[in-house]
Amino acid sequence: MATVYRHPGLSRRELLKGGAIGAALIITGTAVICPEGAWGLETQGLPPDTVATLIKMARDIYPHDRLPDRYYAIAIKGHDAKAAEDAAYKTLIEEGVADLNRRAGADGYRGLGWEEDRVAVLQQIEDTDFFQAIRSDLVVSLYNQKEVWPYFGYEGESYSKGGYINRGFDDIDWL
Amino acid sequence: MATNYELDDDGVVVIIGSGAGGGTLGNELAQKGIDVVILEAGSRIEFDEFINDEWDSFAQLSWGDLRTASGGWRLAKDFPNLPAWIVKAVGGTTTHWAGASLRFRDFEFKTLTHYGKIDGANLLDWPISLADLEPYYEKAEDKMGVTRTNGIEGLPGNNNFKVFAAGAAKLGYKDYHTGRMAINSAERDGRMACQQTGFCFQGCKWGAKWSTLYTEIPKGEATGKLEVRPNSHVIQIEHDAAGKVTGVVYADKDGNLQRQKARIVCVAGNSIESPRLLLNSASSMFPDGLANSSGQVGKNYMRHTTGSVYAIFEKPVHMYRGTTMAGIIQDESRNDPSRGFVGGYELETLSLGLPFMAAFLNPGAWGRSFASALDAYENMAGLWIVGEDMPQEQNAVKLHPELKDQYGMPVADVWFTDHPNDIAMRNHAYRQGQALYEAVGAVRTFPTPPYPSTHNLGTNRMSEKPSDGVVNKWGQTHDINNLFVSDGSQFTTGAAVNPTLTIVALAIRQADYIAQEMAAGNI
Repeated sequence: MATVYRHPGLSRRELLKGGAIGAALIITGTAVICPEGAWGLETQGLPPDTVATLIKMARDIYPHDRLPDRYYAIAIKGHDAKAAEDAAYKTLIEEGVADLNRRAGADGYRGLGWEEDRVAVLQQIEDTDFFQAIRSDLVVSLYNQKEVWPYFGYEGESYSKGGYINRGFDDIDWL
Repeated sequence: MATNYELDDDGVVVIIGSGAGGGTLGNELAQKGIDVVILEAGSRIEFDEFINDEWDSFAQLSWGDLRTASGGWRLAKDFPNLPAWIVKAVGGTTTHWAGASLRFRDFEFKTLTHYGKIDGANLLDWPISLADLEPYYEKAEDKMGVTRTNGIEGLPGNNNFKVFAAGAAKLGYKDYHTGRMAINSAERDGRMACQQTGFCFQGCKWGAKWSTLYTEIPKGEATGKLEVRPNSHVIQIEHDAAGKVTGVVYADKDGNLQRQKARIVCVAGNSIESPRLLLNSASSMFPDGLANSSGQVGKNYMRHTTGSVYAIFEKPVHMYRGTTMAGIIQDESRNDPSRGFVGGYELETLSLGLPFMAAFLNPGAWGRSFASALDAYENMAGLWIVGEDMPQEQNAVKLHPELKDQYGMPVADVWFTDHPNDIAMRNHAYRQGQALYEAVGAVRTFPTPPYPSTHNLGTNRMSEKPSDGVVNKWGQTHDINNLFVSDGSQFTTGAAVNPTLTIVALAIRQADYIAQEMAAGNI
């Protein structure tokens, strides 16, 4: 008998109402706010508009439709903090985002409605230091958040629960 | 019963490194009443301090000092400062290893004889045979508590093994089981049984997996003849005018340099640090580095032909639950050149947690194809390829021409390019692995590139003739009779098996030889 795993935030009711998934972000003078997801990110080193673009870019790099935006926001927070302390880094990110917006056309990167169109822009810059700085950081800062693991069915630490010897290490039932 | 030896005690055997080679050798010598000081670069982290978290554990245990990767392998691009995933801590990489404990086959000691000369390869027969090592394999298996030896039960199969075994049966493989593992299937030697926790690579928090950290080392210390000095990073081996080694210089925990005298020095810092240390110990008498009259120190670097296959199924597998590597198929581990390559390979179960799967499934990849693979993480199964790779003189651990470590010593540059035989073998193994999973309903499979190397071998190789290698059949350097190599860098060739059992067997055998030569007054 397989041990059933419950995905948090994915109940039928929440899926139907839409929840925080795909909610629009509000950009203020100092923050990125997601009213429906009930979170906000006060920026320190980068303009909120730049941070909002990074959040979009992060989702386009590793698109997981079941993950709310807040995990992408947490994942890119480090760039904002680093930009606050490192002028050269701030320039790298700001110029990278500006370049992204230029390539995307009149409405900028976030103005491109289709993921495919945004990905086409990212492909043009994927060898740049800017893109690599974002992607290589994101592969840790997104997937190493313990809060996202349940969305992928990964259970994390098991020692404190006595391992899996009595908790389904051999429970596969479909072979 | 912690013993402390004086820095100017020139009667001690100094062992550099406390892993499978150094930790075992230290205990074996101490049991014979020989005074031993083990200098370990890393700190002492006991098993209850290990962390069930991939990145946190990586930060806790792995060798993070600067290194570079270069050459044609993909790692040089993806992980230019992480050629190897090995450990800097007491116990060395026996804290991190998976536990697979296999003997070489007879022909794998004599590859030049059996495979013949191969273009671009630097094949050589070992100066020992399986018969020479068999008594020591027996001792090593008993010491380590290897399952399916000495009447020890195999481990139970986890979910990942069940998928693997079902696929193996469909492909017609015959020789597959839950492995010969140095992981207790029942309590033994004062250590408890495996609790199927996963996280074998992060250090076993139960102590169920053999590691020198909590077996050889405390047993050696209990004799009063072994001192383990952690945070002691050896930067140079010194010698006298007669060309005998006299001791080592090391940086202590505060970064201050200390000089430990020695009667004998045994280098066991693994196949990257051991040749680096010999090369960094160059002197006017030995301008090319210690024990390097052959020019082979650092050369013939091997890392096994590896790779993984992951597969996604329609339903959950939860591959990460349970022992990480308790599953093996041995049918492909034979020399059958009709497959398009010489030598063989094993297929072994393997899993990564989500954070490392993201980092290693296809390094650098992004976008929907990659992300959708991770979306199906729960439904993934995985295996690892361990095949014999060709020794090549060009594949080498070298001193970096510019970069220096925190003590001012040149760092190791690990230069590696696959031999065509390695590529042919890996492609064959990828096809078999993908076919195996497809036979049991995989909807998508991933031939995943090699990870940073854990099997680092061959850079101080054993040879009959001093012109062909660095050490003789006892691991004693051809050039300096009181200088030994005691780790996997001795390997003349790598065979198709995980190396730890052979490193341990060689260390037990070397201890007998050192004791005999000391008693005879030869060293």
